[in-house]
Amino acid sequence: MNWRLWIPLALFAGFLALSAYQLNQPKDEFVESRMVGRQLPYFDLAPAMPNQPGLASAQFTDGTPRLLNVFASWCLPCIAEAPQLERLQREGAEIVGVAIRDRPADVARFLAQNGNPYSAIGSDDLSALQLELGSSGVPETFVIDGKGMIRYQHIGDIRAGDVPMLLGKLREARQ
Amino acid sequence: MIAEIGLAALWLAAALAALQLVAGALAVRGGAGSEIAALIRPAAVVQGALASVSFVMLLWVFAVTDLSVKLVAANSHSMKPMVFKLAGAWGNHEGSMLLWVTVMALAGGLIALVERRLPERTMHATLAAQGFVGLGFYAFLLLSSNPFERLALPAAEGMGLNPLLQDIGLAFHPPTLYFGYVGLSIAFSFAVGALITRQVTPEFARAMRPWVLGAWVFLTLGITAGSYWAYYELGWGGWWFWDPVENASLMPWLAATALLHSAGVLAARDALRAWTIMLGVVAFSMSMMGTFLVRSGILTSVHAFAVDPERGTFILALLALYIGGALLLFALRAGTISEGERFSVTSREGALVFNNVMLSAILAIVLMGTLYPLLTEAFDTRVSVGPPYFNPVGAIFVVPMLIVMAVGPLLRWRRDSFERIGREAALVAAIILAALVLVSIIGDVAILPLLSLALAAALAVGSLLPLKGRNLRLLPIATWGMVIAHFGIAVALFGMASERAFSKERLAAVMPGEAAQVGPWTVTLEAVEPVAGPNWTAIEGRMSARYRDGDPTTIAPQARSFWTPPQETTESALITRWNGQLYAVMGDQAAGGRWQVRLWWKPFVTFIWYGGMLVALGGVLALIGRVLSDLKRRSVTRRIAERKAETP
Repeated sequence: MNWRLWIPLALFAGFLALSAYQLNQPKDEFVESRMVGRQLPYFDLAPAMPNQPGLASAQFTDGTPRLLNVFASWCLPCIAEAPQLERLQREGAEIVGVAIRDRPADVARFLAQNGNPYSAIGSDDLSALQLELGSSGVPETFVIDGKGMIRYQHIGDIRAGDVPMLLGKLREARQ
Repeated sequence: MIAEIGLAALWLAAALAALQLVAGALAVRGGAGSEIAALIRPAAVVQGALASVSFVMLLWVFAVTDLSVKLVAANSHSMKPMVFKLAGAWGNHEGSMLLWVTVMALAGGLIALVERRLPERTMHATLAAQGFVGLGFYAFLLLSSNPFERLALPAAEGMGLNPLLQDIGLAFHPPTLYFGYVGLSIAFSFAVGALITRQVTPEFARAMRPWVLGAWVFLTLGITAGSYWAYYELGWGGWWFWDPVENASLMPWLAATALLHSAGVLAARDALRAWTIMLGVVAFSMSMMGTFLVRSGILTSVHAFAVDPERGTFILALLALYIGGALLLFALRAGTISEGERFSVTSREGALVFNNVMLSAILAIVLMGTLYPLLTEAFDTRVSVGPPYFNPVGAIFVVPMLIVMAVGPLLRWRRDSFERIGREAALVAAIILAALVLVSIIGDVAILPLLSLALAAALAVGSLLPLKGRNLRLLPIATWGMVIAHFGIAVALFGMASERAFSKERLAAVMPGEAAQVGPWTVTLEAVEPVAGPNWTAIEGRMSARYRDGDPTTIAPQARSFWTPPQETTESALITRWNGQLYAVMGDQAAGGRWQVRLWWKPFVTFIWYGGMLVALGGVLALIGRVLSDLKRRSVTRRIAERKAETP
């Protein structure tokens, strides 16, 4: 028997083993932003709704830690996390929002239906700020400390179990 | 009702594939199988018809937007233009798998109808193998990806289709590739059939060759079109990204190219028997592996539109069964297949073997580069392998291959000497040197593009040399095909090298009314306007572009926002001249009323795709030539047989 004829099968068996192993590994789809631990980039966003406050990076340096929530009216998980944001607000968190690729009327309708936990909402029509923050989707929530430094990034919707954790991060940011 | 007809046809087709397998296996074992053997060919034909019925039913439910079908609700929308509704039928996981089995069943039916050259026993083994492979994919569809699944409550409106896929070029790009991938399943089944009966003969190669050629033409077209699509739709100005999905289409192409040439040797000279069988197995294995890598989500890719680990496990099991089975059969049987005719190193066969080895090496390099992230991820390191690996490492084998390609067709079969083609070889070498010197004088060009330009020039001339001294009117069509395909490679290579070496890029922030320079072009941003389409809105930049002192041409690149589902795409604007393309992309608004505009001047970039089309045209001519000569041979043998019958 010619052993060389078995080489292709052996190589293929190696591929199979590797693939089978990788298929059963939990896949970590979340890519953390490199901006965590750095200063917020400069931005000055127009208000997402007329006659409401907009959002600028200068507002973050007043000593108060905040949650910066990246959301959109067209995003379904954002509806799911809305009650948790309201709970966070009731627990004393200050929350600001960035509406991604949205229209004023849609934002207003979204807030009327799902509640408005935001003290200010900026409009990011072309995802410019979103990209600078290193956020890869909506919703995402960043913990920003009182000096405007990004301390933590939460990817995906906020579940009930995440609320104490986020409050803890805010407390840490206060120190 | 329509969906149920489709599903029923699919189950029946699966049953016939099972019949094909069982009847084929019995017939090959001999004995009482002779009567059941009569069922095999009809079963294959009817299986092809039923699978087609099933696919047509899927097209139907998409055409009428039947929102009670889950697949339609998830991938279509009543407001979409008709052509994209139909394209939606295969622009998703389930539909594309149905297209896959349909093409496979049709191809199987076709060989059952027309292929009469091979010994009947090999034919039975081949059709049994085809049925066996088909059965796995039917099981996959019916058990884990039923395209006809109904919703308990019909949806009010469809979810739409990925807007990147709402492009006319892309609507026909996946089917083209699928014809290629699945066409190779015929080569696979032929190889397995011949291994089972140990009848690896020149007839076997001749029977296999048209299928390989056809699949190869589709793959060439699919890759060419896909590359152009990525070029103008993604808006990054590049035409090849070494993305896993691109590699998944390139690997079968490389294997099929090698197979094409080794089948040529087997058909003409009865040599390279085991090697041809191996390539037949490898070519389709690469198609299946590519599908697995893309569909399982095991590799991260921009193309991964249906990522599902459970399906991944299913496809992996199919791979283990088919590829593993074929390789096992190869290991057991290939040793018993005699080697075939011998030949000297300096001969047509020698050159073809050399290029086969080079093609296989390139295939191995692409495969390793594609799988490497999978390996490192097992050790918790994320890497992405890109051009810095593929380009130089691939070049190690591409360069000698191209040189041999330029002179190889001049060599004679079996035994030849370099002295006989000394003048031609010297000509090719002289062109390479002259081009190297010339290009180095013109400008500062990196080593790889420089080499490529020189090789393209040499290959362009070398590919035409087989025409020298021949009566062009009597030249076989298949030889024309070879010349044109080789020339096409030279043309494409020239385009690639020119794009790398001479492209000019400019990223400018301009006010409306201002101009930006890129290469010989002056581009003025006239105005920026919002525009709306049927399911998108866009920011459109109206620009007037002027080549040197010529008349200005108006172009209007757009940044589009789709809302079903929400997604951003760029519509680049192109101006094509004979000597290159201007490529303009509209960017974001910058501070102070300025707009970001990205401009490229890419000299001779279009040659990449012209070359690809020439290669495909060469394949078509070769296919026509082979089929015609086969028909001629068949009628000659029939006439001889008739004459024998007449004279007692």
